[in-house]
Amino acid sequence: MNYHWNWQIFFEPDPSGAGTYFDMLLSGLLVTIETSLFAWIIALVCGSIVGVLRTLRSKPASWFGFAYVEFFRNMPLLVQLFLWFFVLPELLPQAWGLWLKQLPHAPFYTAAIGIGLFMSARVAEQLRAGIGSLPRGQRQAATALGLTTAQVYAYVLLPMAFRIILPPLTSEFLNTIKNTAVAITIGLVELTGAARSMQEFSFQVFEAFTAATVMYLLINIVVVIAMRFVERSVAIPGYITGK
Amino acid sequence: MKRLPRTGLALAAVLLSGQAGAEELTGTLKKIKETGAITLGYRDSSIPFSYLDDNQKPVGFAMDICYTIVDAVKKELKLDKLEVRLSPVNSSTRIPLLANGTIDLECGSTTNNAEREKQVAFTNTHFLTASRFVSKKASSLTTIDDLKGKSVVSTSGTTNIKQLTEANAARNLGINIIAAKDHAEAFLMVETDRAAAFVMDDILLSAFVAGSKDPGAYVISEDAFSRPEPCSVMLRKDDAAFKKAADTATAALFTSGEGQRLYDKWFMQKIPPKGLNLNTPIAPELKAEFAHPSDSPDPASYKAM
Repeated sequence: MNYHWNWQIFFEPDPSGAGTYFDMLLSGLLVTIETSLFAWIIALVCGSIVGVLRTLRSKPASWFGFAYVEFFRNMPLLVQLFLWFFVLPELLPQAWGLWLKQLPHAPFYTAAIGIGLFMSARVAEQLRAGIGSLPRGQRQAATALGLTTAQVYAYVLLPMAFRIILPPLTSEFLNTIKNTAVAITIGLVELTGAARSMQEFSFQVFEAFTAATVMYLLINIVVVIAMRFVERSVAIPGYITGK
Repeated sequence: MKRLPRTGLALAAVLLSGQAGAEELTGTLKKIKETGAITLGYRDSSIPFSYLDDNQKPVGFAMDICYTIVDAVKKELKLDKLEVRLSPVNSSTRIPLLANGTIDLECGSTTNNAEREKQVAFTNTHFLTASRFVSKKASSLTTIDDLKGKSVVSTSGTTNIKQLTEANAARNLGINIIAAKDHAEAFLMVETDRAAAFVMDDILLSAFVAGSKDPGAYVISEDAFSRPEPCSVMLRKDDAAFKKAADTATAALFTSGEGQRLYDKWFMQKIPPKGLNLNTPIAPELKAEFAHPSDSPDPASYKAM
């Protein structure tokens, strides 16, 4: 292999003049973290609501939940982001579309919302499975105590279901972080985007992507450790998931 | 375990044959002689340098230049038959694939600059292009200063976005710079009004405008971000013999007038697949370079005669 390795490249100034190549990767890392956190909040909120809808007795609610999950889950994320960014503004009335297109940080918001909605379908499915895994008697006993449906979910079903699905939720959070890389398709310069531009400016492709890989590994390890901590701190002895 | 001696023998045979072929040839030429094949890396949408036609076959100005180099190499190595393999590359894969020997020549519109020469080598310049911007006629933007406060897109990782960033900082324009993944997407952003202008090599802009739904709706700025920069065929670094073969072949092509003919074929006439005509007469600087071929990465060294 005829490749000129140069690990010093990270400390050389990047051509945009803002700092070194390392700073460029760090700013990409920051965008990745911001996008994933924003997307994850959306995924958790929307996913929880839709997950609950899917387990309700009401026909329209479970139909809505079904349609929502299948819509977001069955289309590639890349295609979804492309649709949100390029196609949606064209479908709106022209004035609205123009307003949407000229919003500052449009790629960031589109990516965070798009990835958030995509991941929310997966969270909804996890939550549905979590609720479904509880013994039927739980719901019946709660109803027999005179709790309303909202109370049944808030005090009985969800506290247990969320504890059960914490480990798979960790994976979904990791997936959210990794999925932000798709956002380069709409012009978001996150970690992968920063590594790509670093390699095109400097032609040091392996150094750029090695650094990006290490950074992805690090944030994911932090998330895994943090989620372990959460799992342990919310575990209740005697529950299915507690010991 | 029984297989071991045989494997050893085979290994020895391979090593011996390797040594036998290594009379005085080195590097890429040696590899070509041994394998009887050369691999060209092509781009799928660098019109008119290297792109796929309607039969999914790579064609273009740079491809023709590469075939000239292939012929010269074949003659130099006195081969009866030289197999030409084609391999697609993009801006992220061209360096690793060239470095690890998957491709031997990259035939596209890669800009030759001093930074890149630390990693790869370039043969004689086949095109000079400056960064300009395309915008919709309706938005009446003519100079770089007109872009003040607007959203402007360029392709991430190109020298063009770098020049845009520099101009933005130097002239205090407050441009909102968007980095698109590739040229097609960047042009789409102008088409859909996501961005007011797209900063890119002027020749690529001409190709996008010519290929758009309504070519009359766009205008390319006169105002340029840079001096015309050299583009050329990329090859592996530290491979003097192969570079010499490529340099000799391209120099002969350019000085013979055949270079001008190829130029006219791709830039002045209808080209496949859609019969576009870029209608870009040869720049005086490039005409001078064809007369005295050069592989210099320095834009200032290219002057009109």
